[in-house]
Amino acid sequence: MTQHEPLVKIRNLHFSRGNRKIFDGVDIDIEAGRITAIMGPSGTGKTTLLKLIGGQLRPDKGSIHVDGQEVHRLRHGQLYALRKRMGMLFQSGALLTDINVFDNVAFPIREHTKLPESLIRHLVLMKLQAVGLRGARDLMPSELSGGMARRVALARAIALDPMMIMFDEPFTGQDPISMGVLVTLIRSLNDALGLTSILVSHDVAETASISDYIYVISEGKVVEHGTPEAINRSASQWVKQFMEGLPDGPVPFHYQAVDYAEDLLTGGGR
Amino acid sequence: MINMLQKLGASTLGIFERLGRGHLFLYYTLRGIGSLLPRPNLVLAQVYATGVLSLIIILVSGLFVGMVLGLQGYNTLVDFGAEESLGVMVALSLVRELGPVVTALLFAGRAGSALTAEIGLMKSTEQLSGMEMMAVDPLARVIAPRFLAGAIAMPLLAAMFSAVGVMGGYFVGVGLLGVDEGAFWSQMQASVDVDEDIINGVIKSIAFGIVVTWIAVFEGYDCIPTSEGVSRATTRTVVHSSLAVLGLDFVLTALMFGE
Repeated sequence: MTQHEPLVKIRNLHFSRGNRKIFDGVDIDIEAGRITAIMGPSGTGKTTLLKLIGGQLRPDKGSIHVDGQEVHRLRHGQLYALRKRMGMLFQSGALLTDINVFDNVAFPIREHTKLPESLIRHLVLMKLQAVGLRGARDLMPSELSGGMARRVALARAIALDPMMIMFDEPFTGQDPISMGVLVTLIRSLNDALGLTSILVSHDVAETASISDYIYVISEGKVVEHGTPEAINRSASQWVKQFMEGLPDGPVPFHYQAVDYAEDLLTGGGR
Repeated sequence: MINMLQKLGASTLGIFERLGRGHLFLYYTLRGIGSLLPRPNLVLAQVYATGVLSLIIILVSGLFVGMVLGLQGYNTLVDFGAEESLGVMVALSLVRELGPVVTALLFAGRAGSALTAEIGLMKSTEQLSGMEMMAVDPLARVIAPRFLAGAIAMPLLAAMFSAVGVMGGYFVGVGLLGVDEGAFWSQMQASVDVDEDIINGVIKSIAFGIVVTWIAVFEGYDCIPTSEGVSRATTRTVVHSSLAVLGLDFVLTALMFGE
């Protein structure tokens, strides 16, 4: 048997925004059928990574293969064909605000297929049932709570039965109940639908509890990767500080500044 | 000194870069129009939003502009005993200039700003990005119908503006000031030429419609996705499209009516 290829293969990825280097030689493999988490502090470009995988941004150097196709060499039509097989859950939900929940979930189906309305209704209700919001089909996005909006967005992301879903900070700003619901949903949908999930997050406990494999990135590099247990046992002081949320460590509590005493004794302006 | 030159260079480059982006954007939008043929409803909804909803302001303004033209024209013409020509004066001013230009300025303020704000907010709430990831091209799905609708609505609005304006001139001239009704209409009929005046006016209004809508949708699509960015983009839409309309009007007038 030949060694099987990962679904997403990122090699030597370089990306910068202005003068700021966001990725400096990143290698990541996402295995099919699993939940892979990408963790790291805020501002390490986790969302950028998802946009690079989805082909919305171009890397400066390096390659990203999704299901054997190199994302940034695809023509417009091929890229759009590939995107039909990827779902993405934005942090804000990114629901279309001028149509209701039902039409939001039906949107990708109506755009990409010529199915009759009766069948679309069945499909949409099935997807909404999966996230527990069949009863909310007539609500407008402005009437939903943050957690519900994300669940609707999740129903929309699975509307076309994609091969993989990318979650951008799904737990941020959620109360414990919605958080629990989302955690369970992500795991159960991944297993029930045979999806591959990429989960970008800095909510350590929730993410570690459902992922099969974790990459920790910081300052443009992968600092550690492995199963959640392996990451928890990591020898790296930095990873330990991040996973346990310690206020001081390799990442100092104080922002770079001149000596405190000296600063206070200096007169004048600021 | 070097610093100043550097800044000048950077801002010039910035302007050209934006111009380039704007034209590429127009090209992709025009390409997206093809995909609208099987889905005319998308365009119709936007014609309603940009056209029908702008109707009130256009009709009221048209009426008052026509009435003022009637008053001012009468006061000038009566000195020369030419008040029978009031109809010609009102109709030609409206059809050739005021109809297309004032409608375009009002259209920029009413519909253009709304388009920019709508698209800008869709961008800042990641709706456009979300569509891209659902493999739906926002240029074809969101921008192209709005662009086409603006180009369709503008000449219709300008025509209504001119028609209501002529009625305003008639009320004031004939109704209040006692200009002879027969002379008012017959002189207008004899002097307003379809090719020379009406068609040229229509061409102007189509051109203005395209320019105003192009600027409005581009500003929205290209805005910085924050509340401040959207507000700036909306202001820029009104300022730039008003200036563009006035500048373009001079060029078109020179081409059409200059000997």
